[in-house]
Amino acid sequence: MVRKTLTMSMAAVVSLGMVLTGCSTGSQPAAQDTAKATASGNATTTSSAQPAKKVNIKMMHLWPAGSSATQNKIVNDIIKEYTTANPNVTIEQEVLENEQYKNKMKVLSTSNELPDVGFTWAAGYMDPYVKGDMFAPLDDLLQGDLKDKFVNGTTNAYAFGGKTYGLPVELNIVPVYYNKAIFAKYNLQPPKTYDEFKNIVKTLSSNGVAPIALGNKDRWTGSLWYMYLADRIGGPETLKKAIDRTGTFNDPSLVRAASEITQLVDMNGFNKGFNGLSNDEGKAEFMNSKAAMYMMGTWELPNYTTNKDVPQTFKDQIGFFKFPTVDGGKGNLDSWVGGPGVGLFVANNSKVKDEAKKFVSFFVQKWGEHAISEAGVIPATKVDTSKVKLPQMYIDLLNELNKASNITLFADVQMKPASAEVHLNMIQALFGKAVSPEEFAKKHEEALAKESK
Amino acid sequence: MNKVMSNKSVIALYVIPSLLLILALIYMPILLTGYYGLMKWDGVGKMSFIGLHNYTELIRDELFWNSAKHSFLLAIFSTLSLVVYLIVALVLSAQIRGANTFRKIYLIPMLLSSVAIAQLWLKIFHPTNGVLNHILASLGIEHTPEWLSNPSIVLYAIFIPILWQYAGFYILIYYAALKNVPSSLIESARIDGASPWRIALSIRIPLIAEVMKVTVVLAVVGSLKYFDLIYVMTGGGPNGSSEVMASYMYRKAFKEYDFGYASAIGFFLLLICLVMTWLIRRATVTKDSIQYS
Repeated sequence: MVRKTLTMSMAAVVSLGMVLTGCSTGSQPAAQDTAKATASGNATTTSSAQPAKKVNIKMMHLWPAGSSATQNKIVNDIIKEYTTANPNVTIEQEVLENEQYKNKMKVLSTSNELPDVGFTWAAGYMDPYVKGDMFAPLDDLLQGDLKDKFVNGTTNAYAFGGKTYGLPVELNIVPVYYNKAIFAKYNLQPPKTYDEFKNIVKTLSSNGVAPIALGNKDRWTGSLWYMYLADRIGGPETLKKAIDRTGTFNDPSLVRAASEITQLVDMNGFNKGFNGLSNDEGKAEFMNSKAAMYMMGTWELPNYTTNKDVPQTFKDQIGFFKFPTVDGGKGNLDSWVGGPGVGLFVANNSKVKDEAKKFVSFFVQKWGEHAISEAGVIPATKVDTSKVKLPQMYIDLLNELNKASNITLFADVQMKPASAEVHLNMIQALFGKAVSPEEFAKKHEEALAKESK
Repeated sequence: MNKVMSNKSVIALYVIPSLLLILALIYMPILLTGYYGLMKWDGVGKMSFIGLHNYTELIRDELFWNSAKHSFLLAIFSTLSLVVYLIVALVLSAQIRGANTFRKIYLIPMLLSSVAIAQLWLKIFHPTNGVLNHILASLGIEHTPEWLSNPSIVLYAIFIPILWQYAGFYILIYYAALKNVPSSLIESARIDGASPWRIALSIRIPLIAEVMKVTVVLAVVGSLKYFDLIYVMTGGGPNGSSEVMASYMYRKAFKEYDFGYASAIGFFLLLICLVMTWLIRRATVTKDSIQYS
């Protein structure tokens, strides 16, 4: 009997292991199947087309039906709309998850077989592709169909040597979300100045509440805090210049920004063990109302507005404030940290380059109409808030976006890969108090100098 | 049957497919890695030949040697833990009640995938909600450790699940080897009045010496190239304090897009493993294997 239950439980464990290992890949073939199905579905509609030359555009994107259902649906809707209007065109999709997508891009690029249309990340990520002449410049679109459609400055992150190689479809800025219920309990108001902010941190931590939720295993999460302090103390140009080598990380305002971080850590400003927690684990502290504040991109907005899995009472408790200004600092309240997410590229060696460009232009415009109302994704194209029906928090943030004085691109995206790694590691070390603010600056200088050679 | 097997072309027919596969999938990539190690290559664009530059840089790379130190620490700990596994196996292979059940319990961690184990231990090590800190707090410890974010303990914290993961594997190997020791030998020793301790030291352990050598090699080489739990649980952090050679190589290749340098690390890692294997085999060489029957 004992033996039997044992074998049963062993079998259960084995199958559990299989399920656990299996589920990571499980959703993907299904997504590809549907992609193929839609592609072949489109193929049948083309057969009734007029004599125009048949064109097949290959497209790769990173929103599988399993994990990003709404984005996947929007992509399919746009494709359907386009192929109905242009019956000679078929669009063949290939869908991969984020990491697999990155890997596949790398593999395809070594054999020079990139899809006609695909997505890329900005700045540092696309640098080797642009240098390798794999992406086509899209400036003709920006001067033509898409003139004045984008929020100012959002395409800069995709520009190299005066040419733009990608068109962003997402734009995110980073506010500080806070829990109104916790603030009310301790009689706190959203801060306008950094001193007020520090007082809030003190009050909360002396009452045993974690002031700020942070998961710094992912490192870019902590970088956001450093970037804001650098912006508010040194103004938006100081950090940018330090990164592009016209300035330096030894700048007193950047060193002070780093020392403000260590002070926040000393004040127990962040939840316990943040350096060992992933962003999701850090976020959980905020979602469980254990921590009072959380700084994160606007991609989190659905969790506080439309996401049905989050209890309404919690959603009602969440507000946001802009990162407060520092006394005597050069930055202003309307300067944001943020940046475009993924953007569309057209392969330089595509056989159907013109058709692909036309499709990309169509896609960007349609995406702007659908993305925010259907998926809660803020597009990089301008949104007319009077026309779309949106939760109040979206409207507030979109209005903030319209009057933004500056958007500073995420530091690790601005830097080239090796310096970005040093920056991220140094952020973790700074938060863990393993380096002093001066060493922090020194390591940045070394890495950036080495890579800019 | 013998006739078929003595036919050379038949032997070739059986051997060649797998030989080709091994050549194509294992030896070719090794050679290619060595070749890429001589290149400056970001993984996307063109390669350019830079000779041994990557290797000279590697020799001077503090971060690499730091990660190498961590890898060797892991190797030492896994070798030491073999002693514990041997004792457990000795106990299990004696005729005690429930040995069978225990053997299965010890084996269970091996059946779980590494990622599942990592998730499990992440929960255990969680600084505020984790089981471990809950227990410590209930024992009255005020400042419970931050297991995975304190640079001075993270490495040792992460060794625990790694050792735990492989315990069953080594216990099983020792158990199987001990079961192969002829029971007549043990029987006669017992009749001669030998204590269980004496039997273990003079009969059972010497007879499985060969197996023990193999496990030492497995443990050392396995530790030197260890990657998965560390990658999932800390990613080598905070700030490289739990980085090992393989995770450092991964970081160089896939985060910094320095494939040339990462290939150099990979090739160097291979050399270290080969040298260590050779050293261990040499250190444990015996003139002739012990035989009692």
